[in-house]
Amino acid sequence: MSAVIEEHHDDHHDHKPTGIGRWLFSTNHKDIGTMYLWFSFTMLFIGGALALVIRAELFQPGLQFVEPEFFNQMTTLHGLIMVFGVIMPAFVGLANWMVPMMIGAPDMALPRMNNWSFWLLPGAFGLLISSLIMSMMGMGSAPNFGWTFYAPLSTTYGPDSTDFFIFSVHMMGISSIMGAINIIATIMNMRAPGMTYMKMPIFVWTWFITAYLLIAVMPVLATAVTMMLTDRNFGTSFFDAAGGGDPVLFQHVFWFFGHPEVYIMILPAFGIISQVVPTFARKKIFGYSSMVYATSSIAFLSFIVWAHHMFTTGMPVATELFFMYATMLIAVPTGVKVFNWVSTMWKGSMTFETPMLFAIGFIFMFSIGGFTGLMLSIVPADFQYHDTYFVVAHFHYVLVTGALYAIYSAVYFWLPKWTGNMYDEKLGKVHFWVSTISVNVLFFPMHFVGLAGMPRRIPDYNMQFAEFNQMATIGAFVFGFSQLILLWNVVKTIRGRSTVKATDQVWEGAEGLEWTIPSPAPFHSFTTPPTVK
Amino acid sequence: MAAEPNNNQAANRRVIGKLLLTVVAMFGFGFALVPLYDVFCAVTGLNGKTGSQVADFKNMQLDDSRKIKVEFLASLNEQMPWEFKALQDSITVHPGQPAKVDFIARNKTGKDMIGQAIPSVSPGIAASYFQKTECFCFTEQLLKAGEEKVMPVLFIIDPSISEDVHEITLSYTFFIKPGTEEAGSRVITSSVSKTLANHTK
Repeated sequence: MSAVIEEHHDDHHDHKPTGIGRWLFSTNHKDIGTMYLWFSFTMLFIGGALALVIRAELFQPGLQFVEPEFFNQMTTLHGLIMVFGVIMPAFVGLANWMVPMMIGAPDMALPRMNNWSFWLLPGAFGLLISSLIMSMMGMGSAPNFGWTFYAPLSTTYGPDSTDFFIFSVHMMGISSIMGAINIIATIMNMRAPGMTYMKMPIFVWTWFITAYLLIAVMPVLATAVTMMLTDRNFGTSFFDAAGGGDPVLFQHVFWFFGHPEVYIMILPAFGIISQVVPTFARKKIFGYSSMVYATSSIAFLSFIVWAHHMFTTGMPVATELFFMYATMLIAVPTGVKVFNWVSTMWKGSMTFETPMLFAIGFIFMFSIGGFTGLMLSIVPADFQYHDTYFVVAHFHYVLVTGALYAIYSAVYFWLPKWTGNMYDEKLGKVHFWVSTISVNVLFFPMHFVGLAGMPRRIPDYNMQFAEFNQMATIGAFVFGFSQLILLWNVVKTIRGRSTVKATDQVWEGAEGLEWTIPSPAPFHSFTTPPTVK
Repeated sequence: MAAEPNNNQAANRRVIGKLLLTVVAMFGFGFALVPLYDVFCAVTGLNGKTGSQVADFKNMQLDDSRKIKVEFLASLNEQMPWEFKALQDSITVHPGQPAKVDFIARNKTGKDMIGQAIPSVSPGIAASYFQKTECFCFTEQLLKAGEEKVMPVLFIIDPSISEDVHEITLSYTFFIKPGTEEAGSRVITSSVSKTLANHTK
């Protein structure tokens, strides 16, 4: 079948299209995956720069560098960019690159839609970031209501740029939904002969489930911003108490999206770790089917826990108890996963190349984030922790040392396959250790200031929190700049001048279809489907 | 992918069709949360939404074994130019004991205006036990230019209220009835107009 596709390409270009058109009009899953990953990497540095503005301001109590109004814009855009611009596109990029190669498909099922999914993103983020640029030029505020954009902060009191934000979220949503449809269609219809569902690599499984989550909740996010849009511009009162609406309703709609969203950002990470750990432990993954069922259970539970973000809004005790127990229940399938990874390593012949270091770092630090999450799920404790730096510490442990570390692990793991060159192992290890030490200096003290009552999203704080905040700021700058090591390593690997050529299998313990094709992976792979036994 | 065999293309179409349907359904579900939420709040009495009807209190027994402090708040919607306050800050009552409290409103403007007060009870759990037998919030209030009016509220707390409730706050917010705002000088946002349309029907 794909002979025809290649012929189609050959009509217009050589084997591989050249110039800017190669990227603009690309329907190739590898090129689109690459664009997603570079987009995400760019956004990481932009979002990171905003985080450094926040940490610089918080180095000392009192106001140093920025006005509170600008500080609010920093926290808002940092959150939005990191969630929607870094973590999600990076995972979609990895899915684009790896899912077809892992299931033995020549490309994604819907390559043209794939192109559109990606190219909506620069538009969406261009729009969002333009509001910040306009703000810096003195033309009104950028969104300043926090990434959760609670009404009425974002409706009655939102700046004019809120409408930019709304449109931008609509575009991101359409992009994610199309990406998810594409991934589901690919996995359902394009698996190589013999690859049954229960033979799919775990990364493919986790993305399969994540894609369903995206399809279920991104439309609800679109609903929330659409209601905001009509409240702001067309006289409705969904969230305006003065008009018979209710701001608490906003939180319900938002978190109905928002909680599955946090699993959208972590399930593919679980998938990556489930690929990396067996490779470097040189053992098959322990409990394959329990991994699949655990992932599905987490996805199901994610729909019935949203109100644990809202314990302080005044809910009946019965409701609070329900959401508390449902939330605690998530620790069970998550624990199954962690134990499976540990059991996979048990008695394995382990080596500690960079992907494995990031994977072990993930397991260790994600578990810390998981435990603080469990603490936050306890209603009476949550009353104390709510909106403090403890929450900030919690979700940065699961998102930075969780999701982001998994992405790093994946990049180091598959980069030799993508480029045909081994990355610089020494630089990789330096990157891991500098990042891991600094990220803990950055986020660990936040637990303490949070427990002591320091509120999040405030540019000033009480003197007693000064030392821990200074530690966090130092950690932040080291962590931020140490990501340049990764950039340098990636650039160096792509250039491939001073690096070793990668073999097809790349890693001694690597198993799976993606390691059977040459390194670098050819522009068109699996033009004839392989047979899986 | 035009070059795919037909069976794969048909399979893709089926998948896309189903998934797009799910997307549309979930978009609709987001909006369906609005009425669902209202029903949920009406059933549970959440959010302090009290009845706007005259309550039936014939079968209530006085429970003089405990006392509940009722505090009063009077506030104005941002567009409302009146003065509005409660004559007492709080009173203490037994559950089942009828009580009366006066609020006072003054139209400071030079124009006749109609207002509507919207009640809210906190904690939300107490809302469905807080029964008003007479209230200025049941009807629109006409105040002539410069007029001051004392408006009573008669209420009774249902004795079946939880033993844990020791304090209740009753809050009123006064809104302008649309079309009766001060001549020419005020811009009433459409949201406020809609509010009133909702609450005064």
